[in-house]
Amino acid sequence: MKIVHSWLLDLVALSEDRESISFALSDLGLAVESVDEIGSTVAGVITAKVLKTERHPDAAKVHRVFVDTGDGVERHVWCGAFNMSAGDIVPLATPGTKMPDGRLIEPKPILGIQSDGMLCSAAELGLGNDHSGILIFPELTALGVAYGEALDLNAEWVFDLDVLRNRPDAFSHLGVARDLAARFKTRYLSLPSDIDFQEPARSATVEILDEQRCPRFSAVILSGIKVGESPNWMKSRLVAAGMRPINNVVDVSNYVMLETGQPNHPYDFETLGGGGFRIRVARAEERLITLDGVERILSHDDLLICDATDRPIGLAGVMGGENTEISDATQIVALETAWFEPVGIMASVQRHNLRTEASARFERGVDPYGIEVSVRRFVDLLRITCPEVQVHSGMTDVRTSHLPQPTVIGVRPSRVSALLGVEFTADDISRLIEPIGFVVAADAQSTAKLNVETVMVTVPSWRPDCTVEIDIVEEVARHFGYGNVGRSIPKSTLPGGLSPAQQRRRKVRDILLGLGIHEAMPHPFLTDGDLLDAGLSDIAVRLVNPLAVGDDVLRTSVRPGLLKALAFNESHRRTGLAFFEIGHVYPPSDEILPNEFEQLGVVIAGADAAEAVRIWRELSTTMGWGARLDQSNVSAGLHPTRSATLSLGKSVIGSIGEVHPEVLEAFGITERVAVLELDLSQLLIQQPKIPQWKPVSRFPSSDFDLAFLVPSSVAAERVEKALRQAAGALLVDVILFDVYRSAELADQRGLAFRLRIQAPDRTLTDQDVTGVREKCLAAVAKVGGTLRS
Amino acid sequence: MIQEIQTLQNVAQEQIARATTVEQMRQLETEFLGKKGSLVSLKTRLSSLSSVEEKKSAGQALNEAVRCVEDVFNERRRVLQRGERDVQLAAEAMDLTEHFVATGRGRAHIVTQAWQRLEDVFIGMGFQVAEGPEVETDWYNFEALNMPPSHPARSMHDTFYVDHGNPGSTVLRTHTSPVQIRVMQTVEPPIYQVMPGRVFRNETTDSTHLAVFHQIEGLVIDRGITLADLAGTIDVFTKAFFGEGFESRLRPSYFPFTEPSAEFDIRTPNGSWLELGGCGMVHPNVLRAGGIDPEEWSGFAFGFGIDRMAKERHGVGDVRDMYTNDIRFIEQF
Repeated sequence: MKIVHSWLLDLVALSEDRESISFALSDLGLAVESVDEIGSTVAGVITAKVLKTERHPDAAKVHRVFVDTGDGVERHVWCGAFNMSAGDIVPLATPGTKMPDGRLIEPKPILGIQSDGMLCSAAELGLGNDHSGILIFPELTALGVAYGEALDLNAEWVFDLDVLRNRPDAFSHLGVARDLAARFKTRYLSLPSDIDFQEPARSATVEILDEQRCPRFSAVILSGIKVGESPNWMKSRLVAAGMRPINNVVDVSNYVMLETGQPNHPYDFETLGGGGFRIRVARAEERLITLDGVERILSHDDLLICDATDRPIGLAGVMGGENTEISDATQIVALETAWFEPVGIMASVQRHNLRTEASARFERGVDPYGIEVSVRRFVDLLRITCPEVQVHSGMTDVRTSHLPQPTVIGVRPSRVSALLGVEFTADDISRLIEPIGFVVAADAQSTAKLNVETVMVTVPSWRPDCTVEIDIVEEVARHFGYGNVGRSIPKSTLPGGLSPAQQRRRKVRDILLGLGIHEAMPHPFLTDGDLLDAGLSDIAVRLVNPLAVGDDVLRTSVRPGLLKALAFNESHRRTGLAFFEIGHVYPPSDEILPNEFEQLGVVIAGADAAEAVRIWRELSTTMGWGARLDQSNVSAGLHPTRSATLSLGKSVIGSIGEVHPEVLEAFGITERVAVLELDLSQLLIQQPKIPQWKPVSRFPSSDFDLAFLVPSSVAAERVEKALRQAAGALLVDVILFDVYRSAELADQRGLAFRLRIQAPDRTLTDQDVTGVREKCLAAVAKVGGTLRS
Repeated sequence: MIQEIQTLQNVAQEQIARATTVEQMRQLETEFLGKKGSLVSLKTRLSSLSSVEEKKSAGQALNEAVRCVEDVFNERRRVLQRGERDVQLAAEAMDLTEHFVATGRGRAHIVTQAWQRLEDVFIGMGFQVAEGPEVETDWYNFEALNMPPSHPARSMHDTFYVDHGNPGSTVLRTHTSPVQIRVMQTVEPPIYQVMPGRVFRNETTDSTHLAVFHQIEGLVIDRGITLADLAGTIDVFTKAFFGEGFESRLRPSYFPFTEPSAEFDIRTPNGSWLELGGCGMVHPNVLRAGGIDPEEWSGFAFGFGIDRMAKERHGVGDVRDMYTNDIRFIEQF
């Protein structure tokens, strides 16, 4: 909402400077987005009359214009615009003028002929965006005067406010004036509401068919209209507020809306079939050409203004129709001022994607009882250009039972105080909110029943947002000043901190970072085909309204995003990268919400499955996660002979290994990629076992190595387990220190283990060592291993 | 015999002085001072001396000579050892700057870095951290937050709808506020929690806007919580997170789920104001939706963007760069 400073001053006596007003507006919740200075003029630009224009045979894009600035001297300028003719009064930038864009006007010759300055367009003078031609002043404009004087321009400020949804009243100069008057303890102008009706009575009929969506509709007939131009001051205010001047009738209509917040619509009464109005919902596929020249196809949800013959003439609360527009010939106006139900207007606005100044106000809620004031204001302003205007008695004003009634709210000063942290009495409350129209009264009738600590607050009709006590608390706070409530710190009796699972998540992240793996954050939306490319099922939850067509798959795995990240970097010649992501994935479910969980994905380009195992070992050892590794069960999309499933108890908690070569091809990755995928939602809630103390033996330990030939089908883990069991209580540690493969060994490979044994209470004897060794050999033989000779 | 001791001592001292390596010293030690060394072995001959007087004076002379040779020996050995160590150290010289190669350290995403720093500040202020799902029901995302169907404020949220359950019933959360409701439903007041997480808005991205980004939300519910408590908490946070030179202010705003509502701005030490986030006293309807009696408990909530904190801290010109996963971006932080 653009608030013009001089306009504001018509409504409230303010002597504060621009900074104080800006600060007050923001502090009242009317955030000032910007303050623009307008109406400042360019020195050296004066009015001049066109004497004649002349083409030059050698100049196609410019012509010669001869002007008189009132001193009888003929001046010559070259001009590239052709919209003026002899007799027009135009702005002339005389030599030496510095234009707003920085140009200095100099007597520059074209084709050897001097130019005594430059004629200006409106845009060149900073008067809006009109570049289409030279600005032409009204006929009787004095010559040789500064153009600002001719246009009644005064330098002033325009405050661009971000008006909040709960402040429909502030969508007007009057509403803003009211807030500022309260803040600066001054008065705002109370506009009169009595209308000076004249005989003879003339009426427009009003028939409301949808009483709920149109709770109030008034029509008044104004005659003696002469359509023409508005006064300059009104035009410049409209322009400053962001509206285009049209003619005196339409301009007054817009001016009244910007001033009071009440939209209205003037119809050419003679084009109104049947001399009246009918308000009803549209029929399906009904059509209406709105004022912007667009044909709108309507539905049952649109509210229509029709004339008495049922012909649609306006989309209620949004935009009028072309067919009843005010024209130069209009002499009698039927002025509609109404109140429409906001939700319906909002629906129409969204359906037609048509936002207007009127709809913006109706959908937030205008004052249902502001009609008289705005009609009176309309007439007063129109009388400036149409002294003959008559307001005919017989105004029609139909109200239905759906018109909002005044709201009265019980408010406890104790509650206001408790929520704001400052003591407020009933008197304090009335002092703060009565200046903006609330009425605070002790509840005289029923004090016996009600808590005497409750006051009854009557809400002004222009504040439909206030319906319950908390709304009044906010108004009190707003006018008391948020900056004045002071600052305190609540005393929490709870310990702050991360939950154990959150602490573990940080630890996981730190381990991975320490292993040199970077954290990526790919988009959680996938494109159709990404999941299939990654070897995963494409059964996924989808977005109904994605940003881009096809970008609608909610990921069921972090894998595609991580592979895309590797591919992207590989395309920039960055290979051998390692990324991880900790993020939510959203597989479908039959429950109320998808089966969302947190997944960890790690991808290491240029590394094989061994690297994935190393990372898993680092994580699982530090985090205390034990999981079974099952190579017979490989997740789709992973390398079938180099991957495994990780399970914990009965549930699968992840996959480990390498990405399937076909998947890598689909993503355009040329390196091997080691991969680890874990269900963090399950793992982070695992409570790691707390390590328990074992006494350290004081006696010497003994090491021996065993090298076996083991069939490739037998996992090294199985051999190790057999060794552990066989070595029994004396075993301190067993490590696999060498794996040997060769063609001669065919489908076997050599596995070399080093065992360390030790007794807690004595020095081992040779028999001890031999005994353990024998048991180990026997145990490994059972799983198919033979001692390598 | 004393003469003999004297001579041997002189020979020993002479040879020690001439020794040039620690190895030679080891030999000299054996030769003169070892159990069977020439000097020490003279002790065995003391008993063969006839008079007590002689024994005594020769013994004293021998002890004196041994001590003297030992001292000279130790001193010489120290010198030689130091010299040999110097040679060894010189030979082992390394140019450490040859090892200024790229570190192997992984980089945490800058949003994660900002996220954890925010969490840590709030933890220091006594808050716990809560989380919730990113795919939400309409009820948690809107209705419980005082935005019933057709509430005008819903149009301020450009919502992604999800094809799950009844049409329109499932959304990608447009803010972290639904976690407030989930916390209220599961935790008895008092509540002091922050709720960081990913949020979604169906709007076109540009250098300052993302469709997928992150917020952190704070919720305090306790007895007697006031607007002044909110202002104080925001101010403590501002100084803890940004620094002592920063100030905060609240100015009235509108959110359906808080009332009174406010924007909170921070003032940088150079005097410029920065809009940071929204906050307010939790609306009674929201408390009721969370199963909390607004007459007994009151509270405040606040929220702001995490990505923006990362953007401002590191001067990132285009927020979209944060999500390209381009290693050339990641490596910078």
